[in-house]
Amino acid sequence: MADNNKDRELLERIRAGDKTACDDCIRVHSPGIYRLALRLMRDQADAEDVVQETFLSAFKGIDRFDGRSGLSTWLYRIAFNAAMMRLRRRRPEFVPIDTADEPEGDLPIPEALVDWCLLPEQELVRAETRAEMERAIGELPPKLRAVFVMRDLEELSTVETADALGLSEQAVKTRLHRARLLLRERLTGYLAASASTKR
Amino acid sequence: MNHEGCRHLLAGLSDYLDGEASAELCAEIQKHMADCHRCRVVINTLRKTVELYHRLPQPEFPDEARERLYKTLELSGYLR
Repeated sequence: MADNNKDRELLERIRAGDKTACDDCIRVHSPGIYRLALRLMRDQADAEDVVQETFLSAFKGIDRFDGRSGLSTWLYRIAFNAAMMRLRRRRPEFVPIDTADEPEGDLPIPEALVDWCLLPEQELVRAETRAEMERAIGELPPKLRAVFVMRDLEELSTVETADALGLSEQAVKTRLHRARLLLRERLTGYLAASASTKR
Repeated sequence: MNHEGCRHLLAGLSDYLDGEASAELCAEIQKHMADCHRCRVVINTLRKTVELYHRLPQPEFPDEARERLYKTLELSGYLR
């Protein structure tokens, strides 16, 4: 959860034109914003552009920040919107225009039922497995991907994620669960062969 | 996972793993898991999937990108 006093003090300094405050803000928040942008855009140059756009937009519009959410949540919201705009321009047919609450449909039913939990640790954390895990994130639908990245990778709370994405808390929970089920299915498919040879 | 009882519990599994499920739902899932091998596999692999993603190494913001950002924002003098 954002530290409100630190946020307030930082905001005051940014509003007063203190460039060291802008530097502080970037140093604290750019790593998370970059990771979100990279996972959404799946392209390093595009992710860098999103980070740049996020901080430009934030510093120019700092007076619009009303402090109801944390500074971090506000920055994630700007970054998410910037990324969605770019994705829409790139492939309008695959990106939902409306990210507001909408019926989610049935949950994906688990079909891959191989228990790979007992595979050796080194199998689960080797570079190839992790590359597959990253690919699987990239292939989630963007609206599930954003929730998964914010909740499970950036460790924002349900409330913060809902606030950043303009969703209800229930929608965040449902989307997170759908994303996890899809990733489990994908990872099980990938690890099943290893698990069966270890029996 | 086609059994009616399994499908009924599916929606609550993330809440269960995150420690946010009600006591009733926890009891129901645990009781079901004791008898249902398929659900045990799904829950165990779902838990492990989340755990592995929590431990996934995080990509770093490249230094060159940071330099470009500071230049654009006219903050180059503040780059540390």
